[in-house]
Amino acid sequence: MAVVSTPPTLERALPVMDNAEVLRIRNDFPVLNQLVNGQPLVYLDSGATSQNPLSVIEAEQEFYEQRNAAVHRGAHHLAVEATEVFEDARQTIADFIGADYAETIWTSNATEGLNLISYALSNAGLWAAQGRGDAGLKELALNPGDEIVVTEMEHHANLIPWQELAFRTGATLRYIPIDDAGSLRMDLAGGIIGSRTRVLAFTHASNVLGTITPVAELVGLARKAGALVVLDACQSAPHLPLDVKGLDVDFAVFSGHKMLAPTGIGVLYGKQELLDILPPFLTGGSMITTVTMERAEYLPAPQRFEAGTQRISQAVALAAAANYLTETGLDRIHQWEAGLGQRMVAGLESIPGIRVLGPAAGQERIGLAAFDVEGVHAHDVGQFLDSKGIAVRVGHHCAQPLHRRLGLTATTRASAYLYNTTHDVDQFLDAVAGVRAYFRA
Amino acid sequence: MSLDQLYQQIILDHSKARHGSGLAGTAAPEGANTGQSHQLNPVCGDEVTLRVAVEDGKVAQVSWDGAGCSISMASASVLSELAEGMTVAELHQAIDSFREVLRSRGKVSADPDLLGDAAAFEGVARYAARVKCAMISWVAAEDALNQAA
Repeated sequence: MAVVSTPPTLERALPVMDNAEVLRIRNDFPVLNQLVNGQPLVYLDSGATSQNPLSVIEAEQEFYEQRNAAVHRGAHHLAVEATEVFEDARQTIADFIGADYAETIWTSNATEGLNLISYALSNAGLWAAQGRGDAGLKELALNPGDEIVVTEMEHHANLIPWQELAFRTGATLRYIPIDDAGSLRMDLAGGIIGSRTRVLAFTHASNVLGTITPVAELVGLARKAGALVVLDACQSAPHLPLDVKGLDVDFAVFSGHKMLAPTGIGVLYGKQELLDILPPFLTGGSMITTVTMERAEYLPAPQRFEAGTQRISQAVALAAAANYLTETGLDRIHQWEAGLGQRMVAGLESIPGIRVLGPAAGQERIGLAAFDVEGVHAHDVGQFLDSKGIAVRVGHHCAQPLHRRLGLTATTRASAYLYNTTHDVDQFLDAVAGVRAYFRA
Repeated sequence: MSLDQLYQQIILDHSKARHGSGLAGTAAPEGANTGQSHQLNPVCGDEVTLRVAVEDGKVAQVSWDGAGCSISMASASVLSELAEGMTVAELHQAIDSFREVLRSRGKVSADPDLLGDAAAFEGVARYAARVKCAMISWVAAEDALNQAA
C-alpha cells in the first residue's frame, strides 16, 4: 500500500477532476457497485457516513491478519508492530490537518471529541478550585457570568455539550443567529462575542446549509475577546484542505467515518499548551504515570486523553483514508464537489415547489443540498428516491434548532463525495422532479 | 416490493382526507370519559396528539392533531375512522393485531375483518424505517384509551 503524501506543488499541477476520473475512483469502492431496488445505487448520503475504498478496508484487514496486539504495552513483536503503525497513523493524521503529533488525539468520533473538550474545561474549574494542576487552569475555568457562544446552525453534537457545560459551570450559553437565508448574522457576532466570552464553538461547514463559515473573522473576534475557539470540522476535513494551525483554532474535531474510514474513530486537535495542562476527561489505563490507592498522575497529551485500549485498527484505517484523499488531492476533491453542489442547487431551484436551504445557486457551498418539497414530507421524499436506488438523508439532520428557525421540522438532504458523478446528481434531480406528482401534492 | 405496495391508494387518500383531524374544533361528547396522548418520533419529527372519548364502554370519538409523513397521517386517519363505534376491548384487540402485523417484517398478514382499511398498512411492515410512522397514532390511541377506560 502506498503511503506517500502528494507534494502540494504536484497536486496543483494535476488536472481538475472529471466524470472519467470519478468512474475510476468508484472502482475502489465495492459497495457502490450494486443494484438497489433494481437500479444502480446512487449514494448521496456521504454527509451522514461515507463509503470505504479497498485500501482502507485492506488496511484494517491487514492489521488484524498481521499485527493485532494492544499498543503501548507488552514487549512482544506484535505489540511493537501494532504500536508502530498506530503511532504512524497519528503522524499521518497530524500531517493531514497541519497539526503536530502530540496535538492529535484519537476519539471515537467528533461527538466524543466535543464532549472531551467540554468536560476537560469543567474539570479545569474543579481542579483550579482545589489548587490542583497547573496555575493556568484558573484561566480556563468557566464561572457564572462567563459566556459560551455557538451558532444557530450547529449540529446537536456542537450544541448540547456546551449546554451541559453551561449547566455544570453556571456559565451562560449564547448563539449567533442566522438570517432567513441561513447565513450567519456576522453583523451581530461582534456584539455577542465579547469580554465575557470564554468559548466560541462553531461549525466549519454546515451539514444542512452547505455554507462555509467565515472562520478567520470569527477567530479574530474570539482572539479579541480572549476566548477559546472550537471548530467542528466534520463536514470540512473530509472535503477540503484543512490547516488547523493556519486557521488558528484552539481545538478542532472530526469523524473518520465521514472521510472514507470506518466508524468508531475520530480526531481531536488541540493546541499543545492547552492539552498539556487540561485535566483528562476519561481516566483509567494507558494514560497514567504513577498510581497509588489514593490518586494518580497523568501522562502528557496525547496519551493523557486516551484512556483504555484504543481503536487501533480504526486509526490505521483512518490513516489509509487520509492517504487516499491526499493522493487524490483535497483541492481537487473540494472543487469537484463544489461543482456537484452547484449542479444540485441549480437543478433543485428549477423544480416547482422545491425550497433549497442555504445559499442560492452561484453562491459558495460545499457539495450538499438540503431542501423542502411543498406538500410532501421528507420521509416520503426519501422513500420515493430510494425506490429509484437513490440514497439521501431525511429528517432534521441533528439540527432541530436550525430547522425550527427556518420554519421546518424535516428536510431531505443530498450530499456528494469524490465518488459521485454529475450523472448521479442528474439522476437525483430527475427523481426529485417526480416526487410531487407521485404524492399528488 | 414496489413503491405502490407501500403507498397504496387508500393510504394516499387518507393522508389527504385525514379523518378525525382537528382536536381544537371537536369537543368530546358530554359525559364521555376522555384520555389524550402525545407521541413524538424524534427520528423524523412525526408528531401526534390524539384524544379518545369513551361512552358506555364504546369509543364515541377519536380526534387528533398531527404533523408528519403520509404514512403517519394516513394511519391516524384510518385509525380514527375504524375505532369509532368499537368497544374498548375491540379497539385494544385491533391495536394489538395492528402492532403484530407491523412488527412482523411482512410475515403476518393483516386481518381485513378486524382492521378494515388499516389492513392496507401491511406493506409498511417490510420497511423497518417506516414502522414507527404507521404505529405512532396507534400507540397514542392505546395510551389515551387506558386513561379513558
